[in-house]
Amino acid sequence: MSSPRLRARKLDIRGGLVDLSHGAGGRASAQLIDEIFREAFDNPVLDQGNDQAAFDVPAGRMVMSTDGYVIWPLFFPGGDIGSLAVHGTINDLAMAGARPLHLAAGYILEEGFPLADLQRIAISMGRAAAEAGVTIVTGDTKVVERGKADGVFITTTGIGVVPAGIDLSGDRARPGDRVILSGSIGDHGVAVMSKRGSLGFETEILSDSAALHGLVADMVAVAGPSLRLMRDPTRGGLAAALNEIAQQSRCGFLIEEPRIPVRPEVVAACELLGLDPLYVANEGKLVAVVEPGAANAILAIMRAHPLGREASVIGEVTADDQYFVQMTTSFGGGRIVDWLSGEQLPRIC
Amino acid sequence: MKYIDEFRDGGLARSIAATIAGEALSDRLYRFMEFCGGHTHAISRYGIEDLLPANVEMVHGPGCPVCVLPVGRIDDAIALAMRPEVTLCTYADLMRVPASGGASLLKAKAAGADIRMIYSSMDAVLIAEAEPARQVVFFAIGFETTTPSTALSIGLANRKQLANFSVFCNHVLTPPAIRAILDTANLPEVERVLVDGFVGPAHVSTVIGTSPYVALAAEFEKPVVVAGFEPLDMVQAILMLVRQVNEGRSDVENQYIRAVTEGGNMIAQREVAEVFELRDTFEWRGLGQLPASALRLRQAYGQFDAEQRFAIVPVRAADNPACECGDVLRGLKKPADCKLFGTVCSPETPMGSCMVSPEGACAAHWTYGRFRDRARASAVRAAA
Repeated sequence: MSSPRLRARKLDIRGGLVDLSHGAGGRASAQLIDEIFREAFDNPVLDQGNDQAAFDVPAGRMVMSTDGYVIWPLFFPGGDIGSLAVHGTINDLAMAGARPLHLAAGYILEEGFPLADLQRIAISMGRAAAEAGVTIVTGDTKVVERGKADGVFITTTGIGVVPAGIDLSGDRARPGDRVILSGSIGDHGVAVMSKRGSLGFETEILSDSAALHGLVADMVAVAGPSLRLMRDPTRGGLAAALNEIAQQSRCGFLIEEPRIPVRPEVVAACELLGLDPLYVANEGKLVAVVEPGAANAILAIMRAHPLGREASVIGEVTADDQYFVQMTTSFGGGRIVDWLSGEQLPRIC
Repeated sequence: MKYIDEFRDGGLARSIAATIAGEALSDRLYRFMEFCGGHTHAISRYGIEDLLPANVEMVHGPGCPVCVLPVGRIDDAIALAMRPEVTLCTYADLMRVPASGGASLLKAKAAGADIRMIYSSMDAVLIAEAEPARQVVFFAIGFETTTPSTALSIGLANRKQLANFSVFCNHVLTPPAIRAILDTANLPEVERVLVDGFVGPAHVSTVIGTSPYVALAAEFEKPVVVAGFEPLDMVQAILMLVRQVNEGRSDVENQYIRAVTEGGNMIAQREVAEVFELRDTFEWRGLGQLPASALRLRQAYGQFDAEQRFAIVPVRAADNPACECGDVLRGLKKPADCKLFGTVCSPETPMGSCMVSPEGACAAHWTYGRFRDRARASAVRAAA
């Protein structure tokens, strides 16, 4: 990001709109970057104004992850596309047991997008990053013609470092391992849906969007190698996360419905919309597969963390050559928790 | 939660299940058909079959509006949506239903058709009002449950004098389908359905009441118990059916008294009768042509009939010949008996109607219950 010092007047953030010049690489681009992004992200690496970020890295294994954010609406109860773009990529890093360090952020803006909304999103990103202790060290902005995008799309890429001795991977689940869920499911999806124009129902539910690496650090410190793997159940919900692990680890799961926390408001909204909370997206929850002997200790440390207060052992890993995720229902019967077929709800993250 | 948790009480369910096991005579088989896809879904989602004794079997019926919609009607809808002036408004569960030649509304949308997913037929009226340059067509499907809201939407469009709103009507009726399943006297013995009673529709019955089933129950000597969609409703209804069978009765009983009356919702019935009339015949996927089984718009509302406005010539399309949906819908076969089940036919690539909607017998079994096939197969192996 570069920074020419000559400028006629400041951006009209209150009433202004993104136009094609903001992505053209000229003075308008530089001004947008300066007055909105650099202002909001506020860190010395970014302030150097280079097209790349240079920084020292700690010794050890590094992890890297990237994710695109196209959520609609952009602002929803409990968050917005900016905070989500920070939390989501941090969580992808954290699921490897990593401590996240830096983020890069790419923006595709639609011509006509209000600068005030862009600033609100940037401030939210800066705040989310600061709270999580990560820095947004480099970025890119492009503008496309009106109608060729929908407001703003964000891509964030993150890097982090994994403590020595930690090597988590989706293929590590073994029969008998316990499955721990960090809290209630479905909050994010329901919060977003409640703001969709065509649905427009009233709910008190906030998105659970949060950075999980603090919780993960506590778990890693206690569990060490008895922690087999973690996954954040985002799109496709808990059901997709468990089915992915079953495929990777060539195992099955048996989970117990009564042990899966779901808020009554989420149950009610799902009833109304004909959805199953098991398939609804989360942005601040994790599923951990752990050695059976370590389950109680890990559960206790999770419950001591604000983001894991409702953590629960929801079931265990089974030997199953068809990789079925089975569930004992609250009603007392059995069923499969299958992959979602098709898209339950588009643009949820 | 109030009014939900009470009807999902596992402890109460087990005690009713124990009563069923105690009262079901061990020397006979009880086969009950749940007509509604909503019931099929509840049975699968809550694992109700696991609570029933081995000699009480549930047979999944045809009461899934998406499933019984013939391929030709989806083809017609896609053709409508491809017209440049048309905005087709549809419920989301129709988007993925396979049409001829691998087409679907989802693919038509990707190819540029203006197809919008809505949650209420009223949304389609509002879109028509907001976009007068578009011809807005509502793709109406469903049993008696959804027909009143379509009728109200047409009434609203009429009062607003909207010249750009119309309805592609595919509303069907429950009693003729039950009759088609039971009226098998002319069929060879192997094709006759062996059902001892019906779990009657829940939401449909809130509209039409319980009285339309009385003649069917008497004529075919099969008990009907109208039941709600909660799992405890189902278990209680099954107990009521077992008792009727044991006592040799063929009555229409109402388990769903908190929502269903004998006469139904008269206001809804009046709205429907104002706008709609019976079609002579209508094609049901899996059941074929059934006389007087579906509705169309009355001539007085003909201006809102998409079939008239766009001069739709109905397309006829055949299902995959190996597909056993017809037999599954009539209770002659179980989903896993079909050669296509789980091989080429799955919810991702449905070949037949029962696999396309979560309320369909095959999709429900695939999604929730197919682990039981494994237990069944190993039991067979062990017995051999």
